Amino acid sequence: MVSIGFFIYFAFAIVVLSLLVVTRKNPVHSVLWMLLLFFHIAGLYLFLNAEFMAAIQVIVYAGGILVLFLFVVLLMNLREELSIGKYTTFGPTGFTFALGLFVAVSMSLSSFIAAPPGKYSIDLIKQETHIKALGKLLYTEFIYPFEVASLILLVAMIGAIVLAKRRLKS
Amino acid sequence: MAVPLSWYMLLSLAVFSIGVFGFLSRRNIIIMLMSIELMLNGVNINLIALSHYIQDLRGQILAFFVIAVAAAEAAIGLAIVIAMFRNRATAHVDEIKEMQG
Repeated sequence: MVSIGFFIYFAFAIVVLSLLVVTRKNPVHSVLWMLLLFFHIAGLYLFLNAEFMAAIQVIVYAGGILVLFLFVVLLMNLREELSIGKYTTFGPTGFTFALGLFVAVSMSLSSFIAAPPGKYSIDLIKQETHIKALGKLLYTEFIYPFEVASLILLVAMIGAIVLAKRRLKS
Repeated sequence: MAVPLSWYMLLSLAVFSIGVFGFLSRRNIIIMLMSIELMLNGVNINLIALSHYIQDLRGQILAFFVIAVAAAEAAIGLAIVIAMFRNRATAHVDEIKEMQG
C-alpha cells in the first residue's frame, strides 16, 4: 500500500513537472523545473532497485546537461522572449499528434506480454551488489557497444568545439 | 502489494507524449532540445521498469547508453544553437527559413 502511495506521488509529480517544463514561457523557469523533474525521476529509479542509474541520472543529467542548457539560456534575449508567443503555428497540430500518440499506444498497452524472467532477480543483485552486476555485464557482453559509446562522446566533443568556435581569419 | 508494470509504462508514455508535444509546438529551439531530453527520459523510465520486472539487467545497460547518447546530443544541439545565435541572433525556429522548409 505504501509503495503504491509513493508511486502515485512520483508519477503525479513527474507528469506535472514535465508539463511545466514544456509550457513555461521563461526558459530559465523551464530549466529549473526540469532540474526538479530529474530528481523525481532519480527517485523513481531508486524505487525500481536501480540505484546506479539514479546516481547517473543526478550526476549526468542534473549536474551536466542542465548546466549546459542554463549556459545557453543565459545567452538569450529574455525580454524579447517574454514578449512573443511561445507556440508556433504548429501548436494545435502538435497537441493533436501527441494526444493521438498517447491514446493509441495506451490502448495497445493491455496486449503487452512480458518475457519470461531472467536470472537477475532482486536477491541475486542484492547478493552481488548492483554496480558489480552491471559492470560485469557492461564489460563482457556489451563491450563493443561500450566502445562505440565512447566514440560517440568523442565525436560529440569534437563536433561541439568545431560548431561553436569562432571562424579564424585566414 | 506491488505496483503493476503497466502503470510505469503509462507514466513513461505520458512523459514521452508531453515531449512530443513540446518538440512539435514550441517556438524556442532550446525548449525543443529540452523536449527531446524529456522524450529520452520517458524511454529510460520504461527501460528500467521493464528491467526490474523482467529481472534482467540489460534494460538498465540500454538506459545507460541512452543517457550517453543524450549527453552527446545535448552538446551538439547546443553548439548548433550557439552557431545560430552568432549568425542570426535568434532562437526561434519560425524565423529560420533559409532552407525553405
